[in-house]
Amino acid sequence: MVNLSTLWHYLALQNPLQAAGNLSSTGLTAQTLPPLPFAYDALEPHISAQIMELHHSKHHAAYVAGLNRALDAHVAAVAAGDVARQIELQRDIRFHGGGHINHSLFWKNLAPPGSREAKAPEEVAPRLVKAIERQWTSLQGFKEEFGRVALGIQGSGWGWLVKEEGSGRLRIVTTKDQDPVVGGDVPVLGVDMWEHAYYLQYLNGKAAYVENIWHVINWKTAEERFVGGIPDEKTEL
Amino acid sequence: MSSTLFRAAPALRGALRASAAPRVGAMASTSFVRNKATLPDLPYDYGALEPYISGRIMELHHSKHHQTYVNGLNSALEAIAEAEAKKDFAKAASLAPLLNFHGGGHLNHSLFWENLAPASREGGGEPDGALKKAIETDFGSFSSFRSQLNAALAGIQGSGWAWLAKDKTAGNLQIVTRANQDPVTGSLVPLLGIDAWEHAYYLQYENRKAEYFDAIWNVVNWKTVAKRFESS
Ligand SMILES: [Fe+2]
Ligand SMILES: [Fe+2]
Repeated sequence: MVNLSTLWHYLALQNPLQAAGNLSSTGLTAQTLPPLPFAYDALEPHISAQIMELHHSKHHAAYVAGLNRALDAHVAAVAAGDVARQIELQRDIRFHGGGHINHSLFWKNLAPPGSREAKAPEEVAPRLVKAIERQWTSLQGFKEEFGRVALGIQGSGWGWLVKEEGSGRLRIVTTKDQDPVVGGDVPVLGVDMWEHAYYLQYLNGKAAYVENIWHVINWKTAEERFVGGIPDEKTEL
Repeated sequence: MSSTLFRAAPALRGALRASAAPRVGAMASTSFVRNKATLPDLPYDYGALEPYISGRIMELHHSKHHQTYVNGLNSALEAIAEAEAKKDFAKAASLAPLLNFHGGGHLNHSLFWENLAPASREGGGEPDGALKKAIETDFGSFSSFRSQLNAALAGIQGSGWAWLAKDKTAGNLQIVTRANQDPVTGSLVPLLGIDAWEHAYYLQYENRKAEYFDAIWNVVNWKTVAKRFESS
């Protein structure tokens, strides 16, 4: 386990390390791909097994591998006192680290379409649903607004329902590419809007993907994040 | 370039396309934009770039994705013209990102189709003449240029394009990348563009994008690239 706050703090230090070399010499361990909390075909017919398998075993795995590679290279650059290289690597760490965090959050806020978690938001997420209704009048109104915002992304990115730090207000936001939700905002639920998330099944019909995703949203997880605050995936991988 | 991309089609034609059952008079009188962008024809069949790019990809890419940029560009132009007519310049300015995205998407794809060709015809091989010489001067060799462009494509973190461009000010060739649909502008003249959005390859190559970046060299139309180079 790596605590990402510690990691960011570590990355902020520009002092050359005594130990040369690799990630393990710093006491940080390599990241691993978390297992999916359900089978690849569990979200059918809304998200195909083929999409889920590629998305998890190839795309997410590539972010994990990319993050480990970038962290290793960063440790080496720190050891060598190569500041320019360290700065250059921030971009890769942000991208692959963000990809790892975002997908880890995403899998957990999905659930099979027949499950209680997906079918009965009022039962498994009473407080969140109430807050949503206060803000968007109805759950349906919220879903439509979320879809509108997510479809407005120009390129790759994510749509999020976040609980704002301080005010506790709910907000729909987007992040570009693999930028994670940062600061004290709580990512209550996220939807991957990269083309790889839907293309094999929905092709250019991304509006249909955003409509169907609601059949497989894990409202129980969303409630836990809403009530409990920042989920482990955001800081503790 | 822009004259071929924005054919002077009557406003009515775009209006008729945009709506299933338009009332002709009403549509014509509310249209603020005279020159609509239209989807250019592909200079080859959808299946002509096989096996390097599948016919299915080409069909969706041209008839759906590019069409969506054309439609988006026309609605952005329409909305901007409407805001300008009302002297609502704040509204007009707020539409700039939409114009950049859809206008860029239209420009980029129009350039892309033309810089591809079937491997059995002009596609593939290597450039010759002045372009070849310029590539060797600026990148060392053709193969080094190829691997530099592939590295640029692989380094795109998200959706975007990689281009071979000529810098009119410096006079040399450069490899540049652009996020999303940002067009290549200013002193840079786009010569060869490769679409690195996932929709450009996913149905055939899935997550193996490096295979797509390798394969596409078999269908690059160097004649078009040379023509752009010579007229830039
Ligand atoms: Fe993804
Ligand atoms: Fe494209």
